[in-house]
Amino acid sequence: MIEFLIILPVIIPFFTGAILIATMKSREISRTISLASAFLLLVSSLVLFAVVWISGIKVLYVGSWKAPFGISFIADVFSVSMLIMTAVMLITVTIYSFSSIDSGREKYGFWVFLQFMIMGVCGSFLTGDIFNLFVWFEVMLMSSFVLIALGNEKFQLEGAIKYVTINVISSVLFLSAVGILYGMTGSLNMADLAGKIKLVGNNYLINIAALFFLTSFGIKAAIFPLFFWLPASYPTPPIPVTAIFSALLTKVGVFALIRVFTLVFTTDVSFTHGIILALAGLTMVTGVFGAAAQFEFRRILAFHIVSQIGYLLLGLGLFTLNGLSATVFFFFHIMLAKTNLFFISGIVNRIYGTYDLNKLGGIYKNHPFISIMFMISAGSLAGIPPLPGFWAKLFVIKAAFESHYYFLGAVAIIVSILTLYSMLKIWNEAFWKKNEYHFTKQEKLTHRFGWYAPVVVISVLMLLLSVFPEHIYLVAQKASEQIINSAEYIKIVIGK
Amino acid sequence: MYLLLSILIGVLFTTGIYMVLRRSIVKLVIGLALLTHAANLLIFVAGRVNTPIPPIIGKGEDSLIPPFADPIPQALILTAIVISFGLTSFAIVLIKRTYKQTGTEDLDDLNTTDKIEKL
Amino acid sequence: MNIFFEALLLLWRDNMKSLILSTTIKILLPMMLLFSFFLLMRGHNLPGGGFTGGLVASAGFALYAIALGIKSTRQIMRIKPDTLLYSGLLITGFSGLMAVFSGKPFMTGLWLANEIPGFQKIGTPVLFDVGVYLVVLGMVTKIIFSLMEED
Repeated sequence: MIEFLIILPVIIPFFTGAILIATMKSREISRTISLASAFLLLVSSLVLFAVVWISGIKVLYVGSWKAPFGISFIADVFSVSMLIMTAVMLITVTIYSFSSIDSGREKYGFWVFLQFMIMGVCGSFLTGDIFNLFVWFEVMLMSSFVLIALGNEKFQLEGAIKYVTINVISSVLFLSAVGILYGMTGSLNMADLAGKIKLVGNNYLINIAALFFLTSFGIKAAIFPLFFWLPASYPTPPIPVTAIFSALLTKVGVFALIRVFTLVFTTDVSFTHGIILALAGLTMVTGVFGAAAQFEFRRILAFHIVSQIGYLLLGLGLFTLNGLSATVFFFFHIMLAKTNLFFISGIVNRIYGTYDLNKLGGIYKNHPFISIMFMISAGSLAGIPPLPGFWAKLFVIKAAFESHYYFLGAVAIIVSILTLYSMLKIWNEAFWKKNEYHFTKQEKLTHRFGWYAPVVVISVLMLLLSVFPEHIYLVAQKASEQIINSAEYIKIVIGK
Repeated sequence: MYLLLSILIGVLFTTGIYMVLRRSIVKLVIGLALLTHAANLLIFVAGRVNTPIPPIIGKGEDSLIPPFADPIPQALILTAIVISFGLTSFAIVLIKRTYKQTGTEDLDDLNTTDKIEKL
Repeated sequence: MNIFFEALLLLWRDNMKSLILSTTIKILLPMMLLFSFFLLMRGHNLPGGGFTGGLVASAGFALYAIALGIKSTRQIMRIKPDTLLYSGLLITGFSGLMAVFSGKPFMTGLWLANEIPGFQKIGTPVLFDVGVYLVVLGMVTKIIFSLMEED
């Protein structure tokens, strides 16, 4: 029965999606089912987390085919904590969509594709097979393609073309990498690959395969030279879609990088992880400078997604226990903060009808509550103590200093200050500045609960994270222990 | 055989990338389709092309007798083909919608979301 | 390239009324459906299966739609593509879940003990294939119908 728990996070969205196709025409039923399934996902992930926390890594051999031959689903602390975050994000986005998604998009399957995207995300977190990872990636991407284009607005379609093109190219690279890896080792199971890749002997070939994976996942995670598609496409769809994309899709890319570069490609760490470190620094810097040039709410946030990916990569590149713990902790913080900021930008747009910082102003005077919510998330993103972002950045920078990467640590600090500048720019322009454009129609929020509830929930979670960072850090530490001690993971999966 | 197939893969990748870099969205989709074909062929070659004998355990035997063809690359390619089929059909719908909505099929005219000015 | 698009649009608009095509398709469609069923059923051990079967069937309906228009295709299909889609998905899901109900890992193949005469063995993988068949048929016809209806 425990084995069934592992597959549940994939099965729940699958069946929900199938049922939602049948009920697509009825808004009320679709909404109820979506919300119920999101809560079910949260409950099942929490139960799975309890199981994994108490009794260690759990494996499910799909179709009873044992490890190196069949597809195995593996639940460790890292993947299951990501599942919990996914469920939380899904719940908040679902509630937020109730008030902000228009009925046209709902009728054309917004809920259906949201569920299928979550299925892809959960599958990517759980699978232990590299080709199966590709399939889950595609499930996730296909649904996201539809979500980004749904609604047929001009900007959306322009963004969608870039998004689709770059992601298909990344999938092609992924597929080629899988081919090369299979040609070298004759295996696809990641735990099995970890052992077999050491027998290849030809380090150059392994490094080429590793770089293929790095490029492919790098496009998906939007790391330094491959991030241009993100600010061009993410701000185009409606806010709930942007929020869930920024919370999950790039993070799945980083997750896949962590899986592959801690389990499989550990033969030439100084080369592969050296590249990752360099890219991490460059990603942080370019992202934050890109944001500095922008004057549009969503696009500033989109560039900050890129910049924060750099921090996540930094922990991976260090490849130490503390570095990876910091990365896992950073995941929790960034998913919450980023989603919340997008939610708030959506509320601002709903009230004032624009995302342009030049035209906005005086929000603090008119809506102090939402301004405070913004301050919590923005401060966290910039790393102001005691908000969770401070702890997350502290752990990352500390890990960098411990491994004697003083320069990268310094870069991380400088980027964090520049992030603060960027957030203060939004604060000054949109919230504090006197409103010179007197809006003739300043819309009143209808369904206030639907708009505010997700923001409040996430803000409360962030405050909890800032008050009890040591408890969450324990989770992150255990997750990173399991990642670093890959021998145990391999032993459990292969079953020897 | 390997040399020939490798050259073919190279040609497919090159033409695919060339088509993706063109300005027309129709050629973009053709390029993407070519790229996926190239990747499929790469997997096929990486899984070794040595024998056409299927990997089936005969009657009265209890294990496979080499030589036999590796079935896994073909299973992978089949899956990848299914996925690329879906991708291509979606891409066709997408470019058609884009053409109807924007009235252009030139990628250079579809760059408003890249500009710094407001959306 | 604009000309290409516009020519295509014109062609669809006039529905390509071709006597030869519309006569042949009436004979061809049942044969294609039969062939798709044949492909579906032999799929477990021989070339074929749910995906190819579904593609052949949807190719038949697509041809029918090109020859005689979408309205009449919808009439002969009787079932909406959406219905095919979700029933296929549900069948696929349940074929995997059946193993769980009998205490085995997800998606383990369960087979009936006896072979049905003149037929292959029946088990959950066959059910899975049927689900895939329906999903592919629903998906492709949905895309084609929506593409043709827009113009």
